[in-house]
Amino acid sequence: MDMNKQFTAQTWPDHPEQATLEGKNKFVGFWIFLACEVVLFASLFATYLALKNRGPASMGEEFTTQNLFELPLVFVMTMVLLTSSLTSVYAMYHMKNHNFKGTQTWMGITVILGAVFLALEIYEFNHYVHLGFHYSQSAFSSAFYTLVGTHGAHVLLGLCWISSLIIRNSKRGLNLYNAPKYYVAALYWHFIDVVWVFIFTVVYLMGAM
Amino acid sequence: MSSIANKKGFGATVWDYMTTVDHKKIGVMYLIAGTFFFVLGGIEAMLMRIQLMKPNNDFVSAGFFNELMTMHGTTMIFLAAMPLLFAFMNAVVPLQIGARDVAFPFLNSLGFWLFFFGGIFLNLSWFLGGAPDAGWTSYASLSLYSEGHGIDFYVLGLQVSGAGTLISGINFLVTIVNMRAPGMTYMRMPLFTWTTFVSSALIVFAFPPLTIGLALMLFDRMFGANFFDHTMGGNTIIWEHLFWIFGHPEVYILVLPAFGLFSEIFATFSRKRLFGYSSMVFATILIGFLGFMVWAHHMFTVGLGATANAIFAVATMLIAVPTGMKVFNWLLTMWGGSIKVTVPMLYALGFIPSFVAGGVTGVMQAAAPLDYQLHDSYFIVAHFHYVIVGGIVLALFGSAHYYWPLMFNQMLSEKLGKVTFWLFFIGFHCTFFVQHFLGLMGMPRRVSTYDAGQGLDLFNMISTVGAVLMAIGVITLVVNVVITAVKNEKVGRDPWGDGRTLEWAIPQPVPFYNFRQTPLVRGLDTYWIEKQEGNEEGMTYAEPLSDIHMPNNSILPFMMTVGLFIASFGALYNMDADKPWSIYLLVGGLGMLFVCMFIRSFKDDHGYHVHVEEILAEEERLYGKKGGND
Amino acid sequence: MMRKFKKWRLVALLATMTVFLTACGEEYLSTLTPAGKVGQEQFNLLLLATAIMALVIIVVCIIYFISFIKFRRSVIGEDVIPKQVEGSHTLEVIWTVIPIILLLILAVPTVMATYELGDTSGMDAVDENGDKRALTVNVTAKLYWWEFEYPDLGIVTSQELVVPTNENVYFNLIAADVKHSFWIPAVGGKMDTNVENLNKFYLEFSEESARLKDGVFYGKCAELCGPSHALMDFKVKTLKREDFNAWVTAMQNTQNRTVAADVQAGEEAFVANGCIACHATDAIATTPDDAYASNALGPNLATFGDRNRVAGVLDHTEEEVVNWLQNSETLKPGNLMPMYDDVPKEELEAIAAYLMSLSVEQE
Repeated sequence: MDMNKQFTAQTWPDHPEQATLEGKNKFVGFWIFLACEVVLFASLFATYLALKNRGPASMGEEFTTQNLFELPLVFVMTMVLLTSSLTSVYAMYHMKNHNFKGTQTWMGITVILGAVFLALEIYEFNHYVHLGFHYSQSAFSSAFYTLVGTHGAHVLLGLCWISSLIIRNSKRGLNLYNAPKYYVAALYWHFIDVVWVFIFTVVYLMGAM
Repeated sequence: MSSIANKKGFGATVWDYMTTVDHKKIGVMYLIAGTFFFVLGGIEAMLMRIQLMKPNNDFVSAGFFNELMTMHGTTMIFLAAMPLLFAFMNAVVPLQIGARDVAFPFLNSLGFWLFFFGGIFLNLSWFLGGAPDAGWTSYASLSLYSEGHGIDFYVLGLQVSGAGTLISGINFLVTIVNMRAPGMTYMRMPLFTWTTFVSSALIVFAFPPLTIGLALMLFDRMFGANFFDHTMGGNTIIWEHLFWIFGHPEVYILVLPAFGLFSEIFATFSRKRLFGYSSMVFATILIGFLGFMVWAHHMFTVGLGATANAIFAVATMLIAVPTGMKVFNWLLTMWGGSIKVTVPMLYALGFIPSFVAGGVTGVMQAAAPLDYQLHDSYFIVAHFHYVIVGGIVLALFGSAHYYWPLMFNQMLSEKLGKVTFWLFFIGFHCTFFVQHFLGLMGMPRRVSTYDAGQGLDLFNMISTVGAVLMAIGVITLVVNVVITAVKNEKVGRDPWGDGRTLEWAIPQPVPFYNFRQTPLVRGLDTYWIEKQEGNEEGMTYAEPLSDIHMPNNSILPFMMTVGLFIASFGALYNMDADKPWSIYLLVGGLGMLFVCMFIRSFKDDHGYHVHVEEILAEEERLYGKKGGND
Repeated sequence: MMRKFKKWRLVALLATMTVFLTACGEEYLSTLTPAGKVGQEQFNLLLLATAIMALVIIVVCIIYFISFIKFRRSVIGEDVIPKQVEGSHTLEVIWTVIPIILLLILAVPTVMATYELGDTSGMDAVDENGDKRALTVNVTAKLYWWEFEYPDLGIVTSQELVVPTNENVYFNLIAADVKHSFWIPAVGGKMDTNVENLNKFYLEFSEESARLKDGVFYGKCAELCGPSHALMDFKVKTLKREDFNAWVTAMQNTQNRTVAADVQAGEEAFVANGCIACHATDAIATTPDDAYASNALGPNLATFGDRNRVAGVLDHTEEEVVNWLQNSETLKPGNLMPMYDDVPKEELEAIAAYLMSLSVEQE
């Protein structure tokens, strides 16, 4: 099958992401990759919970989860990221309907929202560091920055990935070669979102309680 | 374009292997690299056995001994056993399921190069200030205390090669899920494919905890994080948990494919269908599942409390049940069969008693209170060598003989093979059997020396003698390989005469596209069925002869890995204040990696088609006639 | 008849035992000659497990050999095509159920023993006066030596543990630098000394060590802890309760001991060379009784003259003390004691003589 074959909305298959063997492989492979990522984050969460609020004997109450976190800011971040997940769903909806412009636009909005999230996270980290809660301050600080920072690094990677997809494919439209790529990128973005929901719950909400 | 092997110069051949995405060639590369590291690990073992030959020996220094011991374990597990198993997975699994390649040929190549350069990086530590010396388990308090860069080499090297393993694991899972030929249902897959499948799934779930553990240790050493520094609130037990959550499934990652290989050998040389195939599959899955439930049995003496110890003790004992099922199924495969004692079968026959012995000592150690005595003594050293050598290494040697004709169209000498087996087998039992008693007699493991007059002298001497026999055995095997390669006698298809599965049905040498037409699988042991029905062709085809789609070769995986390799040196030396240039290595190496990734993303790679007339021309070239079956 | 049979059985048993005993090791070190309740229990578990496992091996080997003998191609003929059997449900059930039963036989005593050996509540039991009933020892493992503090008795010693026989002795275990593991093979299983938390367990010593070859049981570090892991030995002296009490009293009286005139020069050299900064010479515990590792920099030397080894591994002679002082780094690589190879030999010999005079057992 010619990978660059042009489709119309009528000839476009129902599941463009799985219409070719390559697409199917990507689809299954990516789900398995996400399983890896789940275990990866589970290990980080376990480490975080074991080291939560642990520090040197001299560490005071100042830098505990109860006193440190700024929930309003984190709530805004959560909303931004959840919205970006929604916009990526719109992009996939348009992709299934062979509406390339819609796909590109909504993916673009997803990127912008992701960038806003990342900026807020950087602001948050910067704020904590200025308070004296830096990476080497305690076992807790190391665990916190590593867990949340790993998620942030995933967001950054996702942003680069989706932006390259948008740029690379801007001139050639949808085909069965790039449809699976969009699909797994959106899948990745959802995954990042789910991880954040857990971080929000386990780190921030359970921490503030 | 295509990898039609015309007579090529040396440089062109090297380039071909550096860029190849062909699973068969990658299998060969895994075999060569794995053997290289196996020999390296073996030399380290020999040096240790010479040191322990007599009490108060000073053949090597205490610090050097710890480096040897660490590198022996790390090398054998990560750089020898796993790659050698990957060699057979690559060489055999796509052929067993009727596929033209793996699901992600590009990633397959990347996985190999990551493993290889990770291993090279780790071993360069010998020349760059000292190897890691905190044991292959690298427990956190000691590894943070360890001076020099040894532990950094360990962390970064394993991180790189671990990424390669993870990629290969995902690749085989997808390959087996998506690329099976028509009719190859899950319950018709040969057992080696099944065990590869389960073992790959274990890789997917077991390697991320190791990745995290290594990352945390890297952050502690590099960025001043405090995960394992108890004065800053850290906790070293976290490392032990993360390591063993990886480390225990790792044992099954290794041993399950070995079971698979032996299942193939038993069935073939008993000329009989594998007894209890479906219960074998079930047992494989069950072992894989239980493998994740038992990691804390490595930590019985850490002080987790009686309840945790009791739970993990009972869970560990449970694993004996599916493993026992397997052993009895192998025995019953032989029962009523027609056993031909070839070299592979000899290894399989040697495997049963050896592995059962290793298994039962495992159950003994599952009894937590008893393990308080056995843990970290020579008993455990004996136990895991019985499992790993008696299970995995025997499988690797046996399969090397078994699959040699499939991979190289040559047959290793049966005579020399038998010599190798007996030397290795006797040497192995001689080395490790007495170590059970050394442990019970109070000798801790990982000791660089021991005092005279503790009753330990004689058995240590016996153990060293055994190790020498094993070494001679391995040398015989190498000689055998060299002689066979020089003789270069082609043996053709199904040289054992009793091949049962699809890989033996392909004409030799295997064309680069594997199957001229996708086969139709008509049952378990499909080649056996076709042979019984007198089908000279060996296969029933599922499609007419048509163009074949193949992936392009690429140098990018190699270049990406080189980038990461350079960056690893940058990261390593970035910890030293007096090496400001290291940052350029780090940035440059990562830059190289990202440029390659960029090229991969922005340059479309659709592969190419082998047209019908090219297929016919290739067959003409390989076999001198159409179809090609002898 | 029956009697005769019994006698024969005894002879057979003895013969097996002799063969077995050659592989038993030395009784001050081997787990196969348990000298305490805990070790005995673990040894019994070993025998039970071995018996069950031997049964499994025998069954496997019987099937293995019969099938190998009966079904070789050379026996049954070259061209025979065996029946392609799929499997057997009956057999599958048999070899699932029987192993489960065998494992249950092992699992029940395992779980019971795990709880029994994990029960350290006796550590805190007190009598009507509020005094602890049981002896507790705080063990601190350091880079290649051991400190034993008796918190309820106010004394401390190192390298040689002294305990009373026939009662439970409780241990608090911790490491001061890297992880080690506390193991007295002949007496009972090991327990790790972690850096971040206190581990507790108990042992019972049923035999007095005086009759052993060196008069002591051997203890080992069982967790890799650096280059000198192999040399991190300690010794255990077990005494009858009244002897132990006498030893404790002697230990408590080590403060401000006067040394004999002939070793006074040694004492002065000991102080002048700064040895005293790290090594205490009386056995009075200074660290408060808390959960943390002792902060002593070097082993306590109050009972140096009573010991069995110098630095845990060298012969107990004055020459070896001098050797140690001159070559500590080469003798035990990675240990934290500086080498005193620039101090005049006579001075080191004086120190050695002084150290050898530090004793609570010699009169």
